[in-house]
Amino acid sequence: MKPIDRRRFLTRGLAGGGALLLAGCDKLANTSWFKSVLGSAGPVTEAAQSAITPANALAREFTEADIAPSFRQNGSIDPQDDDYLDHVDNDFKDWKLEVRGLVAKPLSLSLEDLRAMPSRTQITRHDCVEGWSCIGKWKGVPLRAVLEQAGVKPEARFVVFRCMDTLDDALYYESCRLVDAYHPQTILAYDLNDKPLPVGNGAPLRARLERKLGYKQPKYLAAIELVDSYAHIGGGKGGFWEDQGYDWFGGI
Amino acid sequence: MAATGAAMGEMARAAPVPAQPPAWTIYRHRLPVRIMHWINVVCMFVMVGSGLQIFNAHPALYWGQQSRFNDPALMIGSRQDKNHNLRGVTKIGSHPFDTTGVLGVSAGEDGKPRRIGFPSWATLPGPRSLAMGRQWHFTFAWIFAINGSLYLLWTFLSRHFSRDLAPTGQDWRGIGRSIIDHAKFKHPHGEEATRYNILQKLAYLTVILVFGPGIVLMGLAMSPHMDTVLGWLVDLVGGRQSARTIHFIIAFGFIGFVLIHVFEVLISGVWNQLRSMITGRYQVPGGRDESHEITQKLAPIALKETSHEAH
Repeated sequence: MKPIDRRRFLTRGLAGGGALLLAGCDKLANTSWFKSVLGSAGPVTEAAQSAITPANALAREFTEADIAPSFRQNGSIDPQDDDYLDHVDNDFKDWKLEVRGLVAKPLSLSLEDLRAMPSRTQITRHDCVEGWSCIGKWKGVPLRAVLEQAGVKPEARFVVFRCMDTLDDALYYESCRLVDAYHPQTILAYDLNDKPLPVGNGAPLRARLERKLGYKQPKYLAAIELVDSYAHIGGGKGGFWEDQGYDWFGGI
Repeated sequence: MAATGAAMGEMARAAPVPAQPPAWTIYRHRLPVRIMHWINVVCMFVMVGSGLQIFNAHPALYWGQQSRFNDPALMIGSRQDKNHNLRGVTKIGSHPFDTTGVLGVSAGEDGKPRRIGFPSWATLPGPRSLAMGRQWHFTFAWIFAINGSLYLLWTFLSRHFSRDLAPTGQDWRGIGRSIIDHAKFKHPHGEEATRYNILQKLAYLTVILVFGPGIVLMGLAMSPHMDTVLGWLVDLVGGRQSARTIHFIIAFGFIGFVLIHVFEVLISGVWNQLRSMITGRYQVPGGRDESHEITQKLAPIALKETSHEAH
């Protein structure tokens, strides 16, 4: 082969190979075994990370000086649901957090009730799945305290967070394991940076799960439900974004 | 067949040479290296594509613990010019560059310009899907990390490291000449071509000891769950956003390495090089030079000779 032929052969080969490769990727992405391999990355990562980190290991806490000038608002930031708007107009006076499902004593807690309970304040870094981070100061009641008051039944395995905001025609929801629910930094926050939670950040109450990405820390809470499986809820994947293909682990 | 064709091409170009030295084929790459090399090729391809996909969800980089949105280290965005055309703008620090067509604004599936960080031809799998990009990225991250760890383990245990990769005193002394040879695209022949040259060794060492472990650690440092035990590492590099930025920089280090690596393969006898990473057999350019016989005896080499036939 003359060098010029070889070069032509090579460029054509590379171009053809590239096209084949991309077509192959598309095809592969729709194959069921490959889909299930991709779907297992989350659970495998969760198992590995849980195995090498203590269950109660704390997320880093920062100082007042580290707090971002304004905490970024993202995702649902202005819910237009009628019920929610009524609560906003009424300053959340009639709003109640329902605690239900596999509990000995279902609860219905007002903001006042929650503020009267023991509280925890933490300055932590919020990591969005998109890639950015923002540091804020959160004050709220440890989820553990709420769960202990309700009495979690032994068959309960997950906490499901029910929210008041509709996104793409579905109510937002999330879920986590009990180990994450009982984590010392898991709080139901009513204050951000020493002020009541603004609407854009989830008023009147949002969950903080400091070892998770933002989408695992639902805003606009309406109820907490103890379940043994989340398969029958929403799209069955355990959360609004999980139903769109995001991993349930949400820890990386 | 292809290899013979290429070899003949080489000779045709090198002609006229008074007396051809005998062809000399050595066993250059052992089986584990060959397997791990090609697994790695697939991983890198997928991880770069899916990584850019993830990056596109928030096409900006910051330095520090958190994102100072007004002060990104790098930002890929867009603006409308006075004719209402979309222009891609990439800002490095406070310096904006017009990157229309590639960064910030590029052609969508319909061929019309649209706002997107990296163009969709560079992202996997397909256009704009953070959820799928993450699944691909983390699946292949596992394969990449396991494959890379096995490679490092094998490299040290088999003494591939000490025999083939660790630079010798002689290597260091020849670094000036090696730089000149590279600049002239001159490749070693005969005995010398059976070993890695010093620049090659340094490139491989950087990739396997710095880039590989570095990019995995920076990836883990971005995990809020792992940060409960990796806080020291996050602080060491200046914060989670710094870790993300370094992750990105190393990724481009990898891309740079691959471009140079593929370029060198293309200009130094592509079929011979490809064959050596598939079957292990490598035909030493220039053949065996008898005058080097003594040096060979003195300098033990890992590369095992398998055959040498006369032309």
